[in-house]
Amino acid sequence: MKIALVDYGAGNIPSVERALVRLGAETQRAARAADLESAEAIVLPGVGHFAAMMRALEKQELLPALRAALTRGVPFLGICVGLQALYESSEEAPETAGLGIFAGTIRQLPATSKLPHMGWNTLQESRPGGVLLRDVPAETYFYFAHSYAATGEGAQTVAKCDHAANFAAVIEQGNILAVQFHPEKSGEAGAQVLRNFLEFAR
Amino acid sequence: MTLARRIIPCLDTDGKRVVKGVQFVGLRDAGDPAALSARYNREGADEVVVLDIAASRDGRPTFLETIRRVAAELSIPLTAGGGIGALDEARAVLRAGADKVTLNTAAVHRPELISEIADEFGSQAVVLAIDAKRDRDGWRVFVRGGHEATDLEAVDWAREGVERGAGEILLTSIDRDGTGAGFNCELTAAVSRAVRVPVIASGGARIPEDFLAVFQEGCADAALAASIFHDGIQPIIALKQFLAARGVSVRISR
Repeated sequence: MKIALVDYGAGNIPSVERALVRLGAETQRAARAADLESAEAIVLPGVGHFAAMMRALEKQELLPALRAALTRGVPFLGICVGLQALYESSEEAPETAGLGIFAGTIRQLPATSKLPHMGWNTLQESRPGGVLLRDVPAETYFYFAHSYAATGEGAQTVAKCDHAANFAAVIEQGNILAVQFHPEKSGEAGAQVLRNFLEFAR
Repeated sequence: MTLARRIIPCLDTDGKRVVKGVQFVGLRDAGDPAALSARYNREGADEVVVLDIAASRDGRPTFLETIRRVAAELSIPLTAGGGIGALDEARAVLRAGADKVTLNTAAVHRPELISEIADEFGSQAVVLAIDAKRDRDGWRVFVRGGHEATDLEAVDWAREGVERGAGEILLTSIDRDGTGAGFNCELTAAVSRAVRVPVIASGGARIPEDFLAVFQEGCADAALAASIFHDGIQPIIALKQFLAARGVSVRISR
């Protein structure tokens, strides 16, 4: 099985690719809709600005194929802005629509703590039995680098993190999985999350 | 859930090899950056910084190759910089595998560079490096590897850099750098309280107590050091255990 890495120019594509290859996965960069139509599993890496990502996906005409794959049940992993894109919109770019798989708006974290939320933080599981955190001990640290987050409630939230506000760190609903942290930058803990996704997708 | 304070080993390179010096002069060879990075990745470093301190003199391709070699060894974040003067240079460094770039001299001369890079890659990818030295009224910003004084005051410049889009400040005390006299907690606290982004303290680290002081009194979000880690004088895991035992939140990998 090949993992299609959505390639819209995001900065962290090479490191996500490297992390997956280290775990023995075969990856293929998907820059055109046709690459997603035949995909058996999809990873959407993200870093930077919500609008920049959505615009790039639109410009490369990837949005309809991505939506279709999500509906078709293709195993999907969104990373960082790749999680945020699953919601309806973001305060970072109010005029830009997200994929709208989940209800709600991505909000800026309260400025009472330092922003960006940059560095290593632990999670609190809110719905045990998820896929991505299998064999990940409690109090494990993951690497975050973001200022906006899914702060609303939702049945899809598997684990939360806290930085002046609670936000979704891991979400899962059927074939759609996503993390706000960067598993490709989170050492052995991140590798375990990616391993769990590969196992799920197999 | 508390954000851990980060411990960051820094590799000063001549583009290709790790070099060491005191207060920016008297350099000597200290090893291969990729091999050192692989060790730090194993030993629980939270991030690695690689700087090209000869950037103004040498060609960039050597350093880009070094970034690629270092990135291949890491499963933790990588920050790279030294002599980045334009958006396309930042892009090349990020494409080579860095997650963040540091800006120093060029940002002082043309502050718009900060926002140009932040607009394309996000604030989390832009680290403003400030080299500061004590003067009568405060802390003076120096550029060109600490050789050239500017008109800027460090706290003001940090504030301006953040307004322009820097997502982090890497703050080096020139007075302390390479001396082993401990971090400059006063300088670090002044900058950390003035800005809303994380501040990485740098310059002067020798013993674990120095790190404890800069996290407590200096309000640093992260602390960076070079030679004490390279030489194996201070194992990172022992440093983190020391800090954890004193109530500092750090990531201890299993």
